[in-house]
Amino acid sequence: MLRYALLRLLGAIPTLLLVIVLAFLMVHAAPGGPFDDERVLPTDVAANIQAAYHLDESLPQQFFRYMSGLLRGDLGPSYRYRDYSVSELIGRGFPISLQLGALAMALALIVGVSAGTLAALRQNKLPDRIVMFFAMTGISIPVFVIAPVLVLLFAVKLHWLPAGWSGVTGPAKFILPVITLALPQIAYIARLTRASMIDILGRDFIRTARAQGLGTATIIRVHALKPAMLPVLSYMGPAIAAIVTGSVVVEEVFGIPGLGQFFVRGAGNRDYTLVLGIVIFYATLIVSLNLVVDVLYGALDPRVRRR
Amino acid sequence: MSFLEVNGLTIAYGGKRVVDDVSFAIDYSESVGLVGESGSGKSQTALALLGLLPEQAEVHGDIVVDGVSVIGASAKQLSRIRARRIGIVFQDSMQALNPYLKIGKQIRQILLWHDLATGDDADARVIRMFERVGLPDPERQFQVYPHELSGGMRQRVMLAAALIAEPDLLIADEPTTALDVTVQAQILELLEELRDNTALLLITHDLGIVAGHCERMLVFESGRLVDAGATTSLFASPGHAHTRALLDAAPRIDSGNAPAPVNGRTILCAEAVEVTYRDGERGQLHAVNGVNLLLREGETLAVVGESGSGKSSLVRAVLGLVPMISGRVVYAGASLEGPVQTRPVAQRRDLQLIFQDPVGALNPQMRVQEIVGEPLLVHEPGLTSSARLDRVRAILVKVGLEDSHLRRYPHQLSGGQAQRIAIARALILEPKVLICDEAVAALDGSVREQVLALLRQVQRESGLSIIFISHDLAVVRSISHRVAVMYMGCLVEVADNEQLFSQPRHPYTKALIDAVPVPDPIVAPKKAALRGEVGSLLHPPSGCVFHPRCDYAKDICKKEQPEAMNVGGSRVACHRAKEIDLTT
Amino acid sequence: MKVSAGILLFFLVFAIVGPWLSPPEYLRTNFDLLLQAPTFSGGHFFGTDELGRDLFARTMLGIRTTLLVAMVASLVSLVIGVSYGAVAGYCGGRIDAIMMRFVDTLYALPFIFFVILLMVAFERNFLLIFVAIGAINWLDMARIVRGQTLSLREREFVDAARLMGVSTPRIIFRHIAPNVLGIVVVYVTLTIPQAILVESFLSYLGLGVQEPHTSLGALVDAGVNQMEGASWMLLIPATVLALILMCFNFLGDGLRDFFDARRAT
Repeated sequence: MLRYALLRLLGAIPTLLLVIVLAFLMVHAAPGGPFDDERVLPTDVAANIQAAYHLDESLPQQFFRYMSGLLRGDLGPSYRYRDYSVSELIGRGFPISLQLGALAMALALIVGVSAGTLAALRQNKLPDRIVMFFAMTGISIPVFVIAPVLVLLFAVKLHWLPAGWSGVTGPAKFILPVITLALPQIAYIARLTRASMIDILGRDFIRTARAQGLGTATIIRVHALKPAMLPVLSYMGPAIAAIVTGSVVVEEVFGIPGLGQFFVRGAGNRDYTLVLGIVIFYATLIVSLNLVVDVLYGALDPRVRRR
Repeated sequence: MSFLEVNGLTIAYGGKRVVDDVSFAIDYSESVGLVGESGSGKSQTALALLGLLPEQAEVHGDIVVDGVSVIGASAKQLSRIRARRIGIVFQDSMQALNPYLKIGKQIRQILLWHDLATGDDADARVIRMFERVGLPDPERQFQVYPHELSGGMRQRVMLAAALIAEPDLLIADEPTTALDVTVQAQILELLEELRDNTALLLITHDLGIVAGHCERMLVFESGRLVDAGATTSLFASPGHAHTRALLDAAPRIDSGNAPAPVNGRTILCAEAVEVTYRDGERGQLHAVNGVNLLLREGETLAVVGESGSGKSSLVRAVLGLVPMISGRVVYAGASLEGPVQTRPVAQRRDLQLIFQDPVGALNPQMRVQEIVGEPLLVHEPGLTSSARLDRVRAILVKVGLEDSHLRRYPHQLSGGQAQRIAIARALILEPKVLICDEAVAALDGSVREQVLALLRQVQRESGLSIIFISHDLAVVRSISHRVAVMYMGCLVEVADNEQLFSQPRHPYTKALIDAVPVPDPIVAPKKAALRGEVGSLLHPPSGCVFHPRCDYAKDICKKEQPEAMNVGGSRVACHRAKEIDLTT
Repeated sequence: MKVSAGILLFFLVFAIVGPWLSPPEYLRTNFDLLLQAPTFSGGHFFGTDELGRDLFARTMLGIRTTLLVAMVASLVSLVIGVSYGAVAGYCGGRIDAIMMRFVDTLYALPFIFFVILLMVAFERNFLLIFVAIGAINWLDMARIVRGQTLSLREREFVDAARLMGVSTPRIIFRHIAPNVLGIVVVYVTLTIPQAILVESFLSYLGLGVQEPHTSLGALVDAGVNQMEGASWMLLIPATVLALILMCFNFLGDGLRDFFDARRAT
């Protein structure tokens, strides 16, 4: 088991390295420097700026400088937020994004798994059809459509909930962003749970359990729940990635000063170091969470563990 | 009143009846066999007795268990019947046990649910049960997952689960079909031993098992109960034509008319063939271990053995489908080398293979005429398409099919028809050697006999040589001229049919023969001769691979691998072949 | 399933024929009719935007762009995914292990961020969108085709063909390819909505197609900015986008069930 976890960890390192190199190269291969679109600077000023950000060095030199900084947790200075380092900006934005993401994930799991199980138990009956229709709608409507439509409905028209973030106190400001983030994941998880629950409930060992006289609730709890959750567990990796992606939109729409907003702003005004830093940060986050999921999977499936 | 009474039971799906107006009764402590071919409604009937049919099944009639009606029973009533009144053992223990749950916990759950025991008491009862079904080291087995057990051990766990709540009736649905024959003998013996006063409903396609273990029998044919009575009297004088047909199609290992040996020249010869596979990170699997074998022109050579004996790997290596580590194969004077793709086309034409799964061996996207005609495209590219079609038609007639089958897809064929198509495809090239890898194992009795008759006829007409791989010794007895017995990758004995069956020289051969149930209630089943199961090919035993299961093993058997020697008319690889007497 | 296919066909015709009938309509600004609500009498069924452009014409253009991007991107992913997966699956062994390890590595990457990075670093390039989206979506296809090929390769009818002397190319094209086709069709149908999602996401972030050209994502973005006064600018493109995505998903699901059922028989 420990060996399995360690092997997985070793496997994650090249992935991260690949991310860093790719992201670094992409940014640095970009035609034109980060300061090109500003008003024309005197040559010596431009040279000073270039030197200050080490843009005058060769690419390998810059890469090693960046890597050695990275190992110390230093992602370099932001090109646009002149007084901040990228690490500071991430440190400010991430806690907010994390709160949102964790709440959305919890909501998605609770609602998705319950709805999916309900649908599986009432397969092809009314509750199933209702759940599946909503799930299909959920996976078909992108976050950037859900977000403004919910705002339009609940904030602009009905005035039930706040449309923004800053200046709003209390937990009410969390409701719309979290629901928006969670909706597509609820839909995916419900579909996944239903499919895998139906698959498991159709297996021979469930028939054996029924032949032993066990009741439906006990069969689900003792026999079906764990194996049915395995596909949901392996979906956690992509789900985390999707929630991170979704947070970019949600934070923009609701004006939440999280990491996603920094990313969009950074992308908009060519703050290369910030964008690069956030991509590397997100990649590390996603890869490590994937790792956790993998190890968890190994712990739950006895047939994987043996290897 | 009997314990179980079934009256006018009818089960239908979408109006199509799979069980039709069936009535029977089972008394306390009697043993009843339920026989029939696949699709005759045996398993559906068993499921109905426990109220386990799927929702879409339309069920009519009466099923009364000790005064309680099963059809229309509430969940609570059903729960009281299941496990406590009727226990059931299913065929495929790998699927029927929960792979995600330790076996101890799965069985403990039954006791807890039915309030039969709690806490440590429940654990103790499960462990006692494990002991009774013969699981070694029962306390440790409590913590084991099903996939960590062998097939035979898993079936013992199934038995433990079925009997833990001490039911009045035990239903066993093909309980040994997935097992090797020597393990089957052990499980059947255990079943007899454990059930003492429990009634038994044994569902099987094997008349040998019914003959040996059931007082009464019920015969099903396409959903109807066509015959019923005491086993001895039905075997002596069947009440229905279908019972007669089933009996006629059941091959007897003890029958005397074995095909006489053929004296052709050697056509195919394997020398010191060795095959290993890599099993992931776990190491090398020794599938075939230095086997020497020859095939004569016009003969049928059977290669028999249990799972893991290496019989399939041997012929696959001969054909070039898997690589040989060492050894040599000579066909008609020329050496066969390399993977099949690199072999000369003419050589490939002469050696053809028939697979076990007839449907899987046919491309689902091609029609019968394309499937059967494809070999001609390769080997006789000059043929016009109408000439090719004529040849396809001719060969179809030969295997007993009609023009109407030409445009069908494989999934539109029955198992027997599909196997005929596969045979037609192989025969259209007029091969010299036909290798049948468990070619009749998936077929029902009567269909199997037809396919065997077809093979005999082709051999008679064209002098074809056949290698017939099978785990079924009774079938081998009826079709082969010579028999080779394999165990864990080693060839243990080769002899002419009559010689091998009447006077086996290797303890394993003897045990294998004794383990085959004889479809005759007069012949009492022999005591299971072999303990344990086939070992791991990753770490084969030292010396003679058979010594851990052999009653005659001595020190030398643990140390040295035996060389093959001639004893009587047999070639045997056993240190003690000359000194031991196996005739009793 | 039939309904979904019908609606998609309708949109497709709409997208091809629509803008072609009145080409300059989506560009024509009309400062007398800014942010006009949808009416039937005024000829602007979907209303107008903040520059007075006819939203009906712009929606048709958006559909065209979105479908075009999605299909080309899916084609890219189809070509890469099928060839990669087929090679890995047919070769098997070590080659397969290495190739699939690479796919696993890529799987763990937050690709969308790379695409964004790519779009930021390089000028907004229409061609780049196709490549970028295709490059994300080929992974699934490669995995599926590889799995299918691998299991087909082990199937007995392929062994039978080898024994009969059938050549390797014929085995691949006659025996393996037709059996992979069904599942490929299903996954292309399910890849298209994913590609649409990515494209509209990029356009929504302002990183996709550029004004005055437009796509459904860009229209939604424009609609968000005007939603308080002119909700139709958000609701109409949003509904169309959701409808298209839903139809593709339903179609893909239906096709999958169909092929599953056929495999089961």
